[in-house]
Amino acid sequence: MSDEPLLRVSALSKYYGARTGCEDVTFELWPGEVLAVVGESGSGKTTLLNCLSTRLTPSAGCVSYRMRDGEWRDLYRMSEAERRLLMRTDWGFVHQNPADGLRMTVSAGANVGERLMAVGERHYGRIRDTATEWLGRVEIGADRIDDQPRAFSGGMRQRLQIARNLVTAPRLVFMDEPTGGLDVSVQARLLDLLRGLVNDLGLAAIVVTHDLAVARLLSRRMMVMKDGHVIEAGLTDRVLDDPRAPYTQLLVSSVLAV
Amino acid sequence: MTEATGTRSSEAARSLATYNFAYLDEQTKRMIRRAILKAIAIPGYQVPFASREMPMPYGWGTGGVQVTAAVIGPDDVLKVIDQGADDTTNAVSIRAFFKKVARVAVTTRTAEATIIQTRHRIPEQPLADGQILVYQVPIPEPLRFLEPRETETRKMHALEEYGLMHVKLYEDIARNGRIATTYAYPVKVEGRYVMDPSPTPKFDNPKMHRSRALQLFGAGREKRIYALPPFTEVVSLDFEDHPFEIQSFGRPCALCGAEGVYLDEVILDDRGGRMFVCSDTDHCETRRADGHHGELGAPAGEAAE
Repeated sequence: MSDEPLLRVSALSKYYGARTGCEDVTFELWPGEVLAVVGESGSGKTTLLNCLSTRLTPSAGCVSYRMRDGEWRDLYRMSEAERRLLMRTDWGFVHQNPADGLRMTVSAGANVGERLMAVGERHYGRIRDTATEWLGRVEIGADRIDDQPRAFSGGMRQRLQIARNLVTAPRLVFMDEPTGGLDVSVQARLLDLLRGLVNDLGLAAIVVTHDLAVARLLSRRMMVMKDGHVIEAGLTDRVLDDPRAPYTQLLVSSVLAV
Repeated sequence: MTEATGTRSSEAARSLATYNFAYLDEQTKRMIRRAILKAIAIPGYQVPFASREMPMPYGWGTGGVQVTAAVIGPDDVLKVIDQGADDTTNAVSIRAFFKKVARVAVTTRTAEATIIQTRHRIPEQPLADGQILVYQVPIPEPLRFLEPRETETRKMHALEEYGLMHVKLYEDIARNGRIATTYAYPVKVEGRYVMDPSPTPKFDNPKMHRSRALQLFGAGREKRIYALPPFTEVVSLDFEDHPFEIQSFGRPCALCGAEGVYLDEVILDDRGGRMFVCSDTDHCETRRADGHHGELGAPAGEAAE
């Protein structure tokens, strides 16, 4: 791990008119660290994620990112061209619904290869080899490389979306409910895969989820949000085993034990 | 070009009092010329313009006709081709239209024309200095079928994000083993804008590269004009291990024996008989007049019977 954080967020707020999306969020994310943001629906998790990933402009506050050359840049002072380049090289975004993050009408190979072509790879054979390798890493058979994601199951689509994002070796990945909408056995497999990839590649990730089990498995640190505010933050095990805020206690105790 | 109204007006007033020279009013022509000048200044960039209703349906070349009407003058000689042929319906009616509303001389000879309006083909004979080639374009946006949002494609052009164009070529190779796109083959202009060369066969893409003629593209329904000034770099997109290549026919034209030209297949009977002939009719006729002939073509002179 480096001795400097990767992402610094200070006093970030987003208002939708008079309503609050999220307010006064401050934290740092370190290289290789997985941070979970948990809370109920409407607590501002997704708003926060969108503000961090430049998909939504915050009303106040500052988000700065340490680029590969070590320079700190304010995300909202960058030009749009730089921001978009960052998003498709150094960052990844895994959507809850794979159809939002994939091109459903082109083959799996082209989906994985798109980012490579976007940064200037112009050798078909090499693009295909990389795509095959990545499909293998996310447990999709090489014989499915020319199939469209439409022909894939929900779990496969989600794995394909992950491969598509990781192919340029990003340093930071945003995930919005990556296991939402999948059945439990597929969820377990996906979580296992994600945990392996995050460890192998030393990825930093911000995972938004309402599922405390996902947070427990994937993340090292977590933030609990309610009504747009971070009400508790700390090491995942500490927050889940010894919740301090009354709301967190309620959240933890409302998990069904089978 | 406004003096055109003066020189021909007395004559025109008697027969065509309701038409301005070249059909469009002077203000409209002025607007289109401004779009054309901007397009020439930024090769390959799609300039929006206020496309007018023309007395023909969209898809018949309304964009090309408006561009031609804006640049034509009384001394111009017009040639119109459709699929390379001078004698098809579209070509004949557009030629007749300009003969009527601008009273310009028309020709079928590539070398004699100063303005050539085309749909699909670039003449086989290399174009010369001072000639203008006007294309009728149905869909000017090369990224359209990959990214349907116009707001997004404009942003992609602005930020030079053209990775998606290669995704299309990748798909072609993955499905067919080679780049199977044969027409509207995307090109990069002057190392900057990716442009759709309209539905011309990729056979003609190399002719756009460093052409001596001015090339203007008009899309009437889509309200876009773009241009290639003379000697512009036009490079067809490809992969290092799947380079761009043009169609080859492996046989000469059946009428004039020309090789290395674009051929059309003509069905001769209902028992599988067929012939391949030049798609550029002027090129074919010129060659036959010069005494060349292919396997089915009679030498010049006998053809009349």
